[in-house]
Amino acid sequence: MSRTQMTTGAICLAAVVALAFVPMIVDAYHLALAISLLQFTVLATAWGMFSGPTRYVSLATTAFFGVGAYTVAVLGEQLPWSLVLLIAAVIGAVMAVIVGLSTLRLSGVHFVIFTFGLAELVRQIVVWYEVNKTRVLGRYVFVDITQNDIYWQLLALAVIVFGSGWLIARSRFGFALRIIGEDETVARHCGINVTIAKVALFTITATFMTLVGAIMAPRFTYIEPSIAFNATISFEVVIMALLGGAHRLWGPALGAIPLTLLFDFLSARFPSTSTLIMGVVFLLIVYALPSGVVGLWEKLKAWRPSASNVRGAQA
Amino acid sequence: MTNAVLTGLVLGGMYALIAMGLTLQYGVARIMNLSYGEFLIGAAFASYWLFTGWALNPLAGLAFVIPVSFGISYLLYRVLLTPLVRRARTRDALEVDSILATFGMMFIVQGIMLTMFGGAYFSYSFLAIPVKIVGEVLALNRLIAFGLAVVVGLALYLTLTRTRIGTSIRAVAVDPIAAQLVAIDVTRTSALAFALGGALVASAGVLISMFLTFSATSGVVFTMKALIVVVMGGVGNLLGCLVAGLALGLSEALVATFIDPGLTLAVNFALFLGVLLVKPAGIFGRAQR
Repeated sequence: MSRTQMTTGAICLAAVVALAFVPMIVDAYHLALAISLLQFTVLATAWGMFSGPTRYVSLATTAFFGVGAYTVAVLGEQLPWSLVLLIAAVIGAVMAVIVGLSTLRLSGVHFVIFTFGLAELVRQIVVWYEVNKTRVLGRYVFVDITQNDIYWQLLALAVIVFGSGWLIARSRFGFALRIIGEDETVARHCGINVTIAKVALFTITATFMTLVGAIMAPRFTYIEPSIAFNATISFEVVIMALLGGAHRLWGPALGAIPLTLLFDFLSARFPSTSTLIMGVVFLLIVYALPSGVVGLWEKLKAWRPSASNVRGAQA
Repeated sequence: MTNAVLTGLVLGGMYALIAMGLTLQYGVARIMNLSYGEFLIGAAFASYWLFTGWALNPLAGLAFVIPVSFGISYLLYRVLLTPLVRRARTRDALEVDSILATFGMMFIVQGIMLTMFGGAYFSYSFLAIPVKIVGEVLALNRLIAFGLAVVVGLALYLTLTRTRIGTSIRAVAVDPIAAQLVAIDVTRTSALAFALGGALVASAGVLISMFLTFSATSGVVFTMKALIVVVMGGVGNLLGCLVAGLALGLSEALVATFIDPGLTLAVNFALFLGVLLVKPAGIFGRAQR
């Protein structure tokens, strides 16, 4: 391991330790804000891990988030917490495998259409099941989880997400994914099983999203399908990852922090027009920053030395 | 049973009409428009506003709504989407860009409608007269909507197959690069196809507002169904739209009558996946790539 890598690792470790002490210092409002920040950082990073290298746009974040939250609402009071989280993760993973296998073998359009409707589809099935079988619509979440617990769990999950993202990028699997992103036909000719690679990555990231939903569920207290499967989350996650730059592991986090603060401010100040403003922000990002802040930074870095090269060549 | 089939046919006809507009936008202009349903709801609100505010018959309102939405869609393509088309190096890159841009647009249009009308459901009563047909009772407004959908669909089909401009639109759908070799202005034809799609979805919105309740946020469902129909029928294929649209409407109506009205979306997706497992390019689609 080189020296810079070791310093980066040490800084990351120090940052995580420092972040772990946040709940002891700040008040309830800022803790809630920190939880939102962590939540969106994890969601956007997980989104970027799949959509960055493969360039498949997934609009299904809230489907997985909602499944996680709803699992907690159903099982939270009956089973120990760690078991509930495990079950939520398994359900999310199974759902991701089904969706992945049925759409990722086809072209990207099918995947987009399916993820576009997935949250609505799952919501409808949950409503149907609750109305016809269990006859309850809307559940209370009474579990013994404090705000501090939520924060620490999200922080742990964030560490796991970044860790696995880092490991994947350095493995054969990550290399295969980059080739798929560049050109799928080439990847297939190299002997990469494209479908399995895509489905595996989709499942891993979707499981993270499900876990975020499960961890966040105690914060809602009352959950019904329209709250759990809120389409705005999918939208916010995509825009955050895009602002940061989905092709780098650190990119989405860079977008998640400013936009979480912005949306928090907007929904408090302009509740009626926040959708409109968010749409405008989204379009601005798509047009002005197609590869995100990270892409801009890399372009600037690449531009400076090459400019001096040109001058050197002329002289 | 007969009633379910009739309802399904009317619904399917509307889906087919909606999907025809999207197939023009996606098949010809290569814009995967996720804000499509929002324009349908926009037209429904326009029709509502004309009917309740100005007492204008929705059918007469069509004469106002269609040209306006044609113009809006044309401008949208020219101002917002042409830069993306220029920027995109490959067709896949354009697809990703257009998905993202129209996804943002969806929230903008929805946001505008939410600020103007709020989140409540709207409907108005126009020609809600019961009519007897093959022994079953159906509302007149549904029948008229279905009839007009057939007329519009037929007019579009004839335009595309019998006129010069229609032929050039089809040429761009097949191959936008080769189309330039026979002196077709691809940018203009694409803009025209996109605007035509916008006009079609607006007319569908007016027709649907006559018999369905709608709210500012119900556009997403229509986008989804239109996308499903387009891909299921084969992108760029009008006949595919018709067959897939009718299949979707019928299956939905049958499930709603005999199993549970809460499972319509599940049926849509099951049908979608079923067709794609057998024919990945759609019912009438030719295998590409």
